[in-house]
Amino acid sequence: MTAVVCRGVGASRGGVEVLHDVDLEIRAGTWVSLVGPNGSGKTTLLHALAGLVPATGRIDVAGVDPGRARRREIARAVALMPQRPVVPEGTTVRELVALGRTPHLSRFGPSTRADREVVDEVIAQLDLHDFAGRYASALSGGELQRVVLARALAQQPRVLLLDEPTSALDIGHQQQVLDLVDSMRRANELTVIAAMHDLTSAAQYGQRLVLLDRGRIVADGPPAEVLTAERLRDVYAANVEVLERRDGPAVLPVRGDGPVTAVRSSRPARR
Amino acid sequence: MSGGVDGRRGRPGFERGRGRPGFESAGTTTGRRVGVVAAAILVLFGVCLLAVLVGPAGLTAKGVLIELADRIPFVDADSGLSTRQQTILWEVRVPRIVLGALVGAMLAVAGAAYQGVFRNPLADPYLLGVSSGAGLGATTAIVIGGALGTAALPPAAFVGGLVAVAATYALGRTVGGARTEVVIILAGVAVAAFANAIQTFLMQQHDETLRQVYSWMLGRLATDGWSEVLAVLPYVVVCIVVVLLFARTLDVMAVGDIEASSLGIRPERVRLFLVCIATLGTAAVVSVSGLIGFVGIVIPHAVRLLVGPGHRLLVPLSLLVGAAFLVLADVVARTAMSPAELPIGVVTAAIGAPFFLVVLRRSGREAQ
Repeated sequence: MTAVVCRGVGASRGGVEVLHDVDLEIRAGTWVSLVGPNGSGKTTLLHALAGLVPATGRIDVAGVDPGRARRREIARAVALMPQRPVVPEGTTVRELVALGRTPHLSRFGPSTRADREVVDEVIAQLDLHDFAGRYASALSGGELQRVVLARALAQQPRVLLLDEPTSALDIGHQQQVLDLVDSMRRANELTVIAAMHDLTSAAQYGQRLVLLDRGRIVADGPPAEVLTAERLRDVYAANVEVLERRDGPAVLPVRGDGPVTAVRSSRPARR
Repeated sequence: MSGGVDGRRGRPGFERGRGRPGFESAGTTTGRRVGVVAAAILVLFGVCLLAVLVGPAGLTAKGVLIELADRIPFVDADSGLSTRQQTILWEVRVPRIVLGALVGAMLAVAGAAYQGVFRNPLADPYLLGVSSGAGLGATTAIVIGGALGTAALPPAAFVGGLVAVAATYALGRTVGGARTEVVIILAGVAVAAFANAIQTFLMQQHDETLRQVYSWMLGRLATDGWSEVLAVLPYVVVCIVVVLLFARTLDVMAVGDIEASSLGIRPERVRLFLVCIATLGTAAVVSVSGLIGFVGIVIPHAVRLLVGPGHRLLVPLSLLVGAAFLVLADVVARTAMSPAELPIGVVTAAIGAPFFLVVLRRSGREAQ
């Protein structure tokens, strides 16, 4: 089953076209990592999928056209986990998670028992019980990402969009959050589309990598095929070695002066 | 919540709570919510009772209380008040108290709405130039109208306020783009400065009207029977009901436009709509009460300190506390220098400004 279809999608920000002719088809239940340099259009693509920026071309996300559907309808199908969530002062974890029910509630009516049950369930699922009554502003970065993930899950979406969810976290918390997202993906049959900076974790968690450069998809496929040293040099202007490992390719930056040495893909360089 | 902060020493990130009160279980349960609102209703009731008893006309407390009880359905009692005293009570004191409550409630609720949609703690009902516009309208009415001016003042102030906000919004939209939220506030500053300039010019040209204009600008709850109450009542009721209905949406707005959008609301639409509503209500009350400052900013902040930022409690409580505050301020205005009256705006600012500093100090300490 297909969860996401993009055909010839373009989008602009502030009058500048930042996404060109994006074609993408994503199977339901998979994890796709979006990679690419700063400004390559990862966030814009996620926002186009969530209907947060107007886009040209055809987009279908879990049967919803984010350009036309009502916001509530989109929010029931797609949840977005921002890079640095806004935490209102004096709001408890439970209140923040409960905001995820917004698209399911009637406009001015109260929340129902079913809504509270969903909130209880995600709080239990993400082991947030001890946090529930605390102020979200008192949490650490890793804990906060868990809370925001809980809020996204409370939306009961079919597609979960992550915008560099771990770039503010240390390496340990990065792993914990990504593992958690992955287990939630399996448990709830979610489709995950994650914009990620760290290529190695993008490859470890993504079953598929989509590489964007200046608003275009320049590579799309299994991590080992997308991440070649040559391509990363072209796209990122980076000097890297790509190591073939059991859990996928690992990208290692190489320090060196002078011109970037041509490194053969997926093989350690020899001097 | 069971288990204290001390019980989780092993977990990083929790120590930051510093165990301040309410930290353990800051969520407001329905029971607590009802209790707090009931307490605020009692306070408002008490303040109104005090206000109805205090006054120069020599009405006895007993007589007033019996007279009030007489108006309760199926209660029949003879208060012993003369007809003239009854008239003073029902045509002078009570309408003034009701007007004070309506104005206070409206300004406080409008303040809460403004602060919510702009996510700016300094936003107040006068933010977008409604006060300067109303001031210009009032001045124009007094300058041009002469004797008629007094009657024309409320409608002129109302129209002036709305025109100023419309100008602010149009200006903000033209320049705004993606940053409309910030630009619109700056546009409000520009419109206010412009309207103030014209107003100052008019006043300087017609200095015989200064006194009248100032008395309006400083705020006053002068009533002529029930006509002012009836004039603002529909606006106040509609505006407050709308803001109450949007309380939960305001909670969603607190997480910023992008996250609020991804949660299924349209923040820019909600902002525009609520700003219109709050401005309409503000312009209506300002047109009869003059510029009463500090209620819109102080009351919602005080309530937030008491019960937290959740709008489902913040809005109704701001309504009740704002009403009680203004009725009380009017009692002070009437009695502090009796028989002369202080402008009520002076009283609210005199209480409001120091209080606001305390609030700022507290929130500054908490933010550290």
